[in-house]
Amino acid sequence: MSQVNRIKGGQIDRSQTWDFTFNSKKMQGHPGDTLASALVANGQKLVGRSFKYHRPRGIFSAGSEEPNALVQLRKGAHCEPNTRATVAELFDGLSATSQNHRGSLDYDLMAVTDFMSPFLSAGFYYKTFMWPRKFWEKIYEPIIRSSAGLGRLSMEEDPDTYDKGFLHCDLLVIGAGPAGLSAALSAARSGARVILADEDFTPGGRLNGETFELGNMSGSDWAALTVAELSAMDNVRVMTRTTIYGAYDHGTYGALERVTDHLATSGDQPRQILWRIYSKRAVLAAGATERPIAFGNNDRPGVMMAGAVRTYVNRFGATPGQQVGVFTNNDDGWRTAADLAAKGVNVIAIIDSRDAPAVCDVPGARHIRNAAVMDTAGRKGLKSVTLTDGQVIPVDCLAVSGGWNPNVHLTCHQRGRPEWRDDLSAFVPGGDLPVGMAVAGAANGSMTLAAALAEGHAQAAAQLKDIGIKAAKADVPQAEDEPRECAAFWHVKDSTKRAWVDLQNDVTVKDVKLANTEGFRSVELLKRYTTMGMATDQGKTSNIAGLAILAEAAGKTIPEVGTTIFRPPYTPIPMGALGGRARGKDFRPYRLTPSHKWAEENGATFVEVGNWLRSQWFARPGEKGWRDSVDREVEMTRGSVGICDVTTLGKIDVQGKDAAAFLNKVYANGFAKLDVGKVRYGIMLREDGICYDDGTTARMSENHFVMTTTTANAVLVFRRMEFARQCLWPNMDVHLISTTDGWAQFAVAGPNARNLLRKVVDEAHDMSNEAFPFMACGEVTVCGGMPARLFRISFSGELAYEIAVPARYGNSMMSVLMQAGAEYDAVPYGTEALGVMRIEKGHAAGNELNGQTTAHNLGMGRMVSQKKECIGNVLSQRPEMQREDAIKLVGFKPVDPSETLIAGSHFINKGAEANTANDQGWMTSVAYSPTLGHSIGLGFIKSGDTRKGEIVRAVSPLHGVEMEVEIVSAHFIDPEGERLRA
Amino acid sequence: MRYSAFKILKEGLTGNKSWKPVWREPDPKPEYDIIIVGAGGHGLATAYYLAKEFGMRNIAVLEKGWLGSGNIGRNTTIIRSNYLLPGNQPFYEMSMKLWENLEQDTNYNSMVSQRSILNLIHTDAQRDAFVRRGNAMFLSGADAELADAEQLRAELPFLDFDNARFPIKGGLYQRRGGTARHDAVAWGYARGADMRGVDIIQNCEVTGFDIQGGVCRGVETTRGAIRARKVAVCVAGSSGRVMAKAGMRLPIESHVLQAFVTEGLKPVLPGVITFGAGHFYVSQSDKGGLVFGGDIDGYNTYAQRGNLPVVEDVAEGGMAIMPMIGRARLLRSWGGIMDMSMDGTPFIDKTHIGGLYFNGGWCYGGFKATPASGYCYAHLLAKDEPHPNAAQMRLDRFKTGNVIDEKGQGNQPNLH
Amino acid sequence: MIINHPILGPRDAAEFVCLGDACMMDRPDWQADDALDQFVEYGYLRDNPAGEHQELWYHEQGDRSWLVLTRNTLTHEISKVELARDVARARGRDK
Repeated sequence: MSQVNRIKGGQIDRSQTWDFTFNSKKMQGHPGDTLASALVANGQKLVGRSFKYHRPRGIFSAGSEEPNALVQLRKGAHCEPNTRATVAELFDGLSATSQNHRGSLDYDLMAVTDFMSPFLSAGFYYKTFMWPRKFWEKIYEPIIRSSAGLGRLSMEEDPDTYDKGFLHCDLLVIGAGPAGLSAALSAARSGARVILADEDFTPGGRLNGETFELGNMSGSDWAALTVAELSAMDNVRVMTRTTIYGAYDHGTYGALERVTDHLATSGDQPRQILWRIYSKRAVLAAGATERPIAFGNNDRPGVMMAGAVRTYVNRFGATPGQQVGVFTNNDDGWRTAADLAAKGVNVIAIIDSRDAPAVCDVPGARHIRNAAVMDTAGRKGLKSVTLTDGQVIPVDCLAVSGGWNPNVHLTCHQRGRPEWRDDLSAFVPGGDLPVGMAVAGAANGSMTLAAALAEGHAQAAAQLKDIGIKAAKADVPQAEDEPRECAAFWHVKDSTKRAWVDLQNDVTVKDVKLANTEGFRSVELLKRYTTMGMATDQGKTSNIAGLAILAEAAGKTIPEVGTTIFRPPYTPIPMGALGGRARGKDFRPYRLTPSHKWAEENGATFVEVGNWLRSQWFARPGEKGWRDSVDREVEMTRGSVGICDVTTLGKIDVQGKDAAAFLNKVYANGFAKLDVGKVRYGIMLREDGICYDDGTTARMSENHFVMTTTTANAVLVFRRMEFARQCLWPNMDVHLISTTDGWAQFAVAGPNARNLLRKVVDEAHDMSNEAFPFMACGEVTVCGGMPARLFRISFSGELAYEIAVPARYGNSMMSVLMQAGAEYDAVPYGTEALGVMRIEKGHAAGNELNGQTTAHNLGMGRMVSQKKECIGNVLSQRPEMQREDAIKLVGFKPVDPSETLIAGSHFINKGAEANTANDQGWMTSVAYSPTLGHSIGLGFIKSGDTRKGEIVRAVSPLHGVEMEVEIVSAHFIDPEGERLRA
Repeated sequence: MRYSAFKILKEGLTGNKSWKPVWREPDPKPEYDIIIVGAGGHGLATAYYLAKEFGMRNIAVLEKGWLGSGNIGRNTTIIRSNYLLPGNQPFYEMSMKLWENLEQDTNYNSMVSQRSILNLIHTDAQRDAFVRRGNAMFLSGADAELADAEQLRAELPFLDFDNARFPIKGGLYQRRGGTARHDAVAWGYARGADMRGVDIIQNCEVTGFDIQGGVCRGVETTRGAIRARKVAVCVAGSSGRVMAKAGMRLPIESHVLQAFVTEGLKPVLPGVITFGAGHFYVSQSDKGGLVFGGDIDGYNTYAQRGNLPVVEDVAEGGMAIMPMIGRARLLRSWGGIMDMSMDGTPFIDKTHIGGLYFNGGWCYGGFKATPASGYCYAHLLAKDEPHPNAAQMRLDRFKTGNVIDEKGQGNQPNLH
Repeated sequence: MIINHPILGPRDAAEFVCLGDACMMDRPDWQADDALDQFVEYGYLRDNPAGEHQELWYHEQGDRSWLVLTRNTLTHEISKVELARDVARARGRDK
């Protein structure tokens, strides 16, 4: 039984036949089909199960508003859950399976919930599942969770790639139906840069689903011709398969283009492209969505939207039924009957809720006026409908039309509220549209074809005029312009059976009424209590009916009840597309140090430091673990000499007549009087008095300083200095350049540091301790004339220098230093050894400068000058920040030297209970000191500076560990600083 | 009306005809002992605890829109007590204990689900900081658990362990953390307060305060003037706007936080997971949607909507740690206005105006605080002294210097 | 959002970092008798208006100028963009 419901006509290519499977059942379709139209053609009525009651469901619509026909598309890692069959294009070999059932689609074990529905009314779960307390997470919730949800993720990494792009235009036209095509054509002919986007793969909108005549051709032919003209123009970009999913500030629109979703495989193309469109103006021509009427058992497979039924017949050459009934409250529903009859499909009856004469003649069909459908029969496929007068009419498809709702969604994305129009019984865009947006056609409530075409042109012309472009003359073809009458009719009150409002989430008329009874009378409360409109269709077919029924129950008008607004995205957007290429290793760019290549070649293990990759240690053969390498690097550095790439430290060039005075304001300690050729350590405060960064600044000449910051705060310090320069002291003659990436910088540390560098720095420069003492700096040349900067500063506590060369020489500089150091057994060291040595020396780093500590806490309170204007000094004087018993940075060592300290343990006095009230502070950084042969730590503890020698407990209940530690000086080695001055 | 499985059975068998309104819709009386401005989660919880724990009855909660229309109706539902500082952690642990008994207390199923929260660790320094935090949690009586990468790989194999830009080195669990059904929290408190005689008055906007001689004697509203002995403001994102009517400037800025939910999926995530090297946190609702969020947009705003750069940034974070969500679809995004305080910590305090109290500055963390905030605010209103667990949440802390800055970002609200 | 940079023309707001209220340019006199009180107010209290707001943005991914935007916090409409340095000078800030 192949394509039993395929009929003549339509825009499908019958020259090719494609195979596909639905639940492993082999079926056939043609290019131009959607999965839904192919299922219709193959007579597949039952396609899915509903969310709560697991009711059998069929295809309901022919567009992105589909609530029922959700499938799992494709296989394996390519499997995508919740795909609407109505928008999935057919391709050869497509495989789809139904979802949300236990057992087969036909015999879903979970359908038992349907029989329990009296106990599962709106919000029932808020009233039960409370006893016993422990049962929620263990029993009730797991049951609810496993029966809820819809489709299933493969749990494998998405194998496709996604791109992002940016587009600019004068006019963005959203929707390529008659209004959109008319708008785009006018704008394009006037020379404006136009983007025309449509979610469908064939532009034309309703023109493809209807049998309209435009001028002397069919609507779909006119659409195709118009698109051809537009596509040929250089100033126009026609984007099919592209959904404008959100309207953001200042004319920015989000768009999703589905590049390969209609193909069997993506090949080397991205599956989808997420575009950000910057538009000067936009015309929303998103059309309208037909709305259902609620009646008893209106959710059976075979009950469909009337417009969708004729789309299947007219566009896809597939009829959803052989014996079709039409149930309508408006003239438009008659169009379905007429179109079906014209294609030879049996139309049994037209049931019109109005007491009005026939709209047109439909051969063979009974016209039943002033009547309504009250109930239906046929569990897995419609068999008959029962009218309010009791008569039963056998049909296998019921086309329902309750009128059309303008697609106002994008007009609400900036929280604009739509307005009610009584004549349409629908909401139309309100006055507070996103800036730059105009609305045309059915989306604006202009429901006839002629009106849509005219308004498309007019809105485009008006929009272009706004931006100084004269619109081309109107060239709108003749088209039908008869207003179609519609009477408000939301649900069949005589129905005693459950009548669905939100099909996917199983919200019925009774649920809406119950919500009203229980006091959930705001439409937002209704939504939240019943879950109406919260399904994957975002209530496109259910919201207005729900609102109307609530209004009726509450005795209010619809505008009084209000409307919920729509939020982005218009249709669901894959996470992969939103993430684009920023995943895996490409999540963020890598910053590599200048000596990265050398480090790679020499066995470095790298570590992420912000976006930087730094050498963590350099393992040598025979070393059993990282500690072996790190201990060796420390020992060899302290024993002879070590070299470390410290390029990642922020570097800021500060120049100008007021450079010294400026630094005096941004550092808490004095810099105005720093001598040329000298370096000073400085601390920086935030305005709130917290110490947030430290570093050294060198005065290269009278008006030229070179600052270093920590790696972590390089960007922040620069930002704040620019703020000080531009916003606080705008008349200072000072300029800042970030040179972090311009200079490669290496620390050369250890007793042989001078001997090593003597071989690299050119002879002309006197490097003796007298000529170039601790904290000296200067411009030098290296390797026979190459410019470099030399600073005698030390983070390790050893005799040490930092030497900087232009970044492009960084990698070779590392080789040069290592070669020169060979005779001293020079060792490269990484961030771990760097960290060990700074803890041994008692220098604060990121764990201590964590944005919560003051100079007072760090034991550097006296550095904060109160004799000058500088950032942070005033607020640092607040009483709670100057407390005597404030936490102070000190050193710690385990009483039992064999124990290993734990960073993050808290200090509790001996004999005190370990609780928040007795918390004395915490251990910030720990290391094994190869120099001392035991574990050492830095930490903050209350009044630490006066407690040296005291034993406290370091507790880490997280590890179940507690140990006694002694409070000691933070300067574990060389407290007098003899080494660094050697 | 007491809710129970039996009641549902009985109603189901008799056509669900006897359900009653969950709350009354009273007209405002001319005078109350206490007026609470704002029927969000915190306001309703305050009313509930005032009535239940402190024996007060003559209370009105005034709400400009519908009850629960503030951030209680638009958050990402996470509950946790994994704070660091002594000014915060005991308060949040108190909140957690109240969550744990909430349903039995209110006879309303708010679906408090302690399915755990996990903060991922990507660097050694981050581990040090999380160990400090985990231990602070223990000291306050909360639970915490440090997991290494191997344990996480076994428990959460779908995380990107092998190709990550910022490798996962472990995580800090709070197993008692989790989620709750946010709207139901508001409804449960509202119902409980209403049953005890509290008037919840919806569609009643406060337009001004009646302040005479430095004392607040009531409020002006769109439904007329109402007198009160005490007026307790509790309006989260609207704090600036409302307190301006009392002539106060606040240490608060209003910012937008976007939140997101995907289409419904069969269960994939066991609990809440937060990314430590990007802006992304996620859980899965009982209905199956992945509920996620990231960072605030970063600019002052009262518009309840955000912009694309943050949407994409958050999605990038998600794809970076769990690339198996690539084919799940974002269904809906929305924005809530956060009352971002200057140090990231809230206020529950008297103001300098007699009879006028203020509760706000919750940043994006107000939901988890709802029970304790209500309880401590009720304590302050009933006894005129702060609850010990909220004793540091004072408006004068910036003057004294006792700032409570969990993230160490200083006086810049958009960094907290 | 799009920020119309006075020198560079329209740029995506994602290139910028927002600091907040432009009152942060009005740093008090550190030598005033009540300097501490003034700094507490300067550092911590904000008008936080629902409507027009003057605020500081920094073009970090661009030319590194600080800008003062006049932007509506209800609609996000940006009615004015100035170089912060010009505004600072106009407000009498010097060295």
